[in-house]
Amino acid sequence: MSVLIFIDQSDGHVKKASLEAISYGAKLAVQLNTTAIGLVLGSVKEDLPALGQYGVTQIQQVENAQLNHFDAQVYTSVIAQVTQQIGAETIVFANNVDGKAIAPRLSVRLKAALVSGAVALPDTTNGFVVRKSVFSGKAFANIELKTNTRIITLNPNSFPATVSSDAPATVVPCEAVVDASAIQVKAVNKVKGEVPLSEADIVVSGGRGLKGPENWGMIETLAKLLGAATACSRPVADSDWRPHHEHVGQTGLAIAPNLYIAIGISGAIQHLAGVNRSKTIVVINKDPEAPFFKAADYGIVGDAFEVVPKLIEEIKKLKGVA
Amino acid sequence: MKVLVCISKSPDTTTKIAFSDNNTTFATAGVQWIINPYDEWYALVKAIELKEKDPATVIHLITVGMSDAEPVIRKALALGGDEAFRVNADSKDSFYIASQISEIARQGSYDLIFTGKETIDYNGSSVGGMVAEMLNLPYVALATHFELSGNTSTVTREIEGGEEIVEVNGAVVVSCQKGMAEARIPNMRGIMAARTKPLKVVEPTDAETLTTVINFELPPAKGGVKLVPADNPAELVRLLHEEAKVI
Repeated sequence: MSVLIFIDQSDGHVKKASLEAISYGAKLAVQLNTTAIGLVLGSVKEDLPALGQYGVTQIQQVENAQLNHFDAQVYTSVIAQVTQQIGAETIVFANNVDGKAIAPRLSVRLKAALVSGAVALPDTTNGFVVRKSVFSGKAFANIELKTNTRIITLNPNSFPATVSSDAPATVVPCEAVVDASAIQVKAVNKVKGEVPLSEADIVVSGGRGLKGPENWGMIETLAKLLGAATACSRPVADSDWRPHHEHVGQTGLAIAPNLYIAIGISGAIQHLAGVNRSKTIVVINKDPEAPFFKAADYGIVGDAFEVVPKLIEEIKKLKGVA
Repeated sequence: MKVLVCISKSPDTTTKIAFSDNNTTFATAGVQWIINPYDEWYALVKAIELKEKDPATVIHLITVGMSDAEPVIRKALALGGDEAFRVNADSKDSFYIASQISEIARQGSYDLIFTGKETIDYNGSSVGGMVAEMLNLPYVALATHFELSGNTSTVTREIEGGEEIVEVNGAVVVSCQKGMAEARIPNMRGIMAARTKPLKVVEPTDAETLTTVINFELPPAKGGVKLVPADNPAELVRLLHEEAKVI
């Protein structure tokens, strides 16, 4: 009956997308009149009982050192075992890099219908119908899950992580058979000191209008002031002005931050597809006809090289930074 | 070395999305169909690069779709690939599609199975992982780099805020994204050659669907942009702070 939420971690830290998944799973458990149970694989450095504040009452933990390396095949087997042990009927993942790798495998393993990229709680008045993002954010589809066991992956930034309880969660050590992994992790390269783009609340993005990689200093300054991640449009990544992992758009990364600031980006439909789920969009562009203005909440028609430095000064004032 | 590349047709990236039949059907009138960009630019081109390094490599393509998927699979053959399968069925849901691909994959005993990271219409990111599970193979999702040395694949995959490099011995399923390869355009020789490459139409195997699309919705229209004069960024900061409450 219960709702099982996979709590994804990186270097022992729970990912923000998982806090959203916990909140979502907890709300869903209330809706289905059942309990929300979290699942942690491997060791973590965080205070797990404190995750109870997001509404999860119990956290199952399989603390096996092999699980400190991610392998979708091994994880799937362990999650399937836990699902059966606790009799979970709905399993919730974040629709992030790990969720995308595990959920489809688990769907086959448990013969459980999967909806990936959910953006809202299920409608359970007649069956089990979940709204998901389709056409790269240009539309939604309502998908009926036809099996008794169901898997949902929740799109990041589409459901808020909300504190709903002051009761700590009980952490229950859980036994499971952990298969040998066929995948050896050779190296992990993290961009140090920067906010990961997929987890960022604020994203500052630059386009061809910035004329060259040497002009990214002000983008980085603005991003740093706001605690934001930096991003770019496809032509910028294709010209190697910026690394490919910063490319947002239909064929790059799709993001949904609270605030997306687009500087010198005209707003081609392919770019919009990757950012149109952002809560607030600000566009700074010298071309008043730039299509991006139609998708924006706030805009400044002006030269980025004049507007952005002034904007930086104003934000410094707001933040009280010299 | 045998590589199977999964190909899906998808509406062109500039398509205006609209629905008909009481929002239950994607309105396909006037839609240009293309090879799903992730399948083409990254999965297929990577397979072609492997063949260029080792000409003994055999590339098979597979798509699940009715006859209207043929122009797309022919275009894929024009880029590269030795032969193609079209499973003659509607692409009903991810589980159904993965069941069809797995069936062909079992018969062909492939060393590598490549998919795009997702289709740009359904955005499921599911078929690769499902195929891997059905075939009991390891799966590396969201790969940005791939090298093959003998029987060992070295794959770089995206993780939050960075990348992870992993090694896999033997057969593996990989979902491909930006970084894997550079997009190519088919040349005349490829287009001519594609006409005579085998395109086998096979009937679907019995498989279930686990999901049904009830209907579609378009997002609500934006309320319109609030323009702030270029000489007054202070006003923008005020709006973001006080009205939108995002900074």
